[in-house]
Amino acid sequence: MSILVNKDTKVIVQGFTGSEGTFHAEQCMAYGTQIVGGVTPGKGGQTHLGKPVFNTVKEAVAATGATVSMVFVPPAFVADAVMEAAEAGIELAVIITEGAPVRDMQKAKAHAVKHGMMTIGPNCPGIITAEECKIGIMPGNIFKKGKVGLISKSGTLTYEASNQVVKEGLGITTAVGIGGDPIIGLSYKQLLPMFEADPETEAIVMIGEIGGDLEIQAAKFIKENIKKPVVAFIAGQTAPKGKRMGHAGAIVSGSAGTAKEKTDALEAAGVKVVVSPAEIGKAVKEVLS
Amino acid sequence: MNIHEYQAKQIFKEYGVPTPRGIVANTPDEAVKAAQELGGSIWVVKAQIHAGGRGLGGGVKLAKSTEEVRELASQIIGMNLVTHQTGPEGKLVQKVYIEEGVDIKDEFYLGVVLDRAKEMPVIMASTEGGMEIEKVAEETPEKIVKVAVDPAIGFQGFHGRELVFGLGITDKNEQKNFMKFAQKLFKVYMDKDAELIEINPLVRTGSGEFIALDAKMGFDDSALFRHPEIEEMRDISEEDPDEREAAQYGLSYVSLDGEIGCMVNGAGLAMGTMDTINYMGGTPANFLDVGGKATAETVAKGFEIILRNPNVKSIFVNIFGGIVRCDRIANGILEATKMVDVKVPVVVRLDGTNAAEAAEILKNANIENVIAATDLADGAKKAVAAAKGEL
Repeated sequence: MSILVNKDTKVIVQGFTGSEGTFHAEQCMAYGTQIVGGVTPGKGGQTHLGKPVFNTVKEAVAATGATVSMVFVPPAFVADAVMEAAEAGIELAVIITEGAPVRDMQKAKAHAVKHGMMTIGPNCPGIITAEECKIGIMPGNIFKKGKVGLISKSGTLTYEASNQVVKEGLGITTAVGIGGDPIIGLSYKQLLPMFEADPETEAIVMIGEIGGDLEIQAAKFIKENIKKPVVAFIAGQTAPKGKRMGHAGAIVSGSAGTAKEKTDALEAAGVKVVVSPAEIGKAVKEVLS
Repeated sequence: MNIHEYQAKQIFKEYGVPTPRGIVANTPDEAVKAAQELGGSIWVVKAQIHAGGRGLGGGVKLAKSTEEVRELASQIIGMNLVTHQTGPEGKLVQKVYIEEGVDIKDEFYLGVVLDRAKEMPVIMASTEGGMEIEKVAEETPEKIVKVAVDPAIGFQGFHGRELVFGLGITDKNEQKNFMKFAQKLFKVYMDKDAELIEINPLVRTGSGEFIALDAKMGFDDSALFRHPEIEEMRDISEEDPDEREAAQYGLSYVSLDGEIGCMVNGAGLAMGTMDTINYMGGTPANFLDVGGKATAETVAKGFEIILRNPNVKSIFVNIFGGIVRCDRIANGILEATKMVDVKVPVVVRLDGTNAAEAAEILKNANIENVIAATDLADGAKKAVAAAKGEL
């Protein structure tokens, strides 16, 4: 078991024939992901990486039965691509693209919600179910099968956390990189209950950062709904106020969105919060013993 | 990206958002000419820097004659203005904005920002104009009216009514004026891909008009590609030169006041590295994300920028290779040591894709000052020890 994606998930790639799309689609296929085709407007009818290329998502879905789309479309056009996927009946769009305008993502997400499509990202590493299905840009070899679910705003911290968890002999069920933009798709609050319901997941790691209040919402949700142990790390305890720390959403505005505020809320909800990401592996081992 | 008050007001004017008449000036002579052109008998001389609190810092002054305009302009242009937002080092004033005087009855606050929880823009208004909105939010939150506007429907009449009734504006004519003002401001926010608009104060005149006495605008950097007119307003002198140079090389850099330089891939891990250094008893000198496409050249540039900071006593290179291959970073470090004179100890932790090859490269190169670390904790510990001269 796992959440959202597994070895049977059929995936198309939007922005299939571009350099990023090509490179990562190849990597995903090598990992075992069922990439069944892709979309590049104007290149319909061609074959790429041995898979069919379509002009529209609608055609791709009709021909392949894909339910998930991995989106590598450039920032200026990514909202368009996501809205197209929503109307074509895609169930989950994993948006890797970095640098999408906030206004565009607001519109695209609202449209996705209206059509019942889930989104992950943008500006994220994607989602991976260990040793089954990788939809994204993470190095697959780090994610060994196990019993820990992972939700993270940061790509490299996801790798760091997974690596530690694996070194402790525990492994990962599914890891979801939710992205660090101001407006994102699935977040802690939606993903936590999925891990709670997944029989193979025994503990959950959540990695957050400064900015916004998703971690605070998560804390409230955990307190009331999550029985499995949760380990958390909030990046940016040492970040100055009012400065954007790499991610578009990682900024403390005024006194809101600080690491301390989030840490306090999570601790009050019974979450084990570590002060350094170097402690994540050990903490997971501890909560599971 | 942020712009100056006079630039924001230029945009306001295009959209019919009422502002006082004003002219920007680079010299006292230009300031006098501006005052003469504006006419009248009272002017405001306002320092143009990207920071709030200019009035309290002595950057906004009232002049009652053109001689006084000249005098104040010569004081303010070239002054180092310190406000609560500039930090103790302050900011050099290079321009002033000369504005006509306004008949002020009372002052409001009006802003538009993104509400991340609601995932839509929210208009914030308050009767406590002139005060810091943060403070109002903390001390008297009931005095802030918040109205979220779904972009799918745009600014409707009911949004306007919620604002005016919430603010206690009772005069019919004033209600109409305020609603029009807010509607136009919302259009500016949407059209220009603004991240934030703040008018503090927004004044009500004796005749019941609403005028933007101040104006602050920030924009979504990711949307600048479709706003060349905004990009043209960029004032490079307002930006940190190191941060700007780093950005040109695809590096995301923020200077801090500690002693340990950091070079990391990924924003989250970069923050996590700073936090770990802090946890181990050290202080980070900077945030630096080398991004997903690090090359020898960008790594060398990263070292150069980090080492410009005289407080740096050691450097911690922390890379978890995914897309970024560790061997490439290792070669980058070798290149960097040839291009830049790295005098402080460099602790290197390379994990993930091609980590073994990278370790081999560094070992064979046998560079003085380079210390290998096995993991994040080990690296942070060694970087802290090195900064203290204990390694």
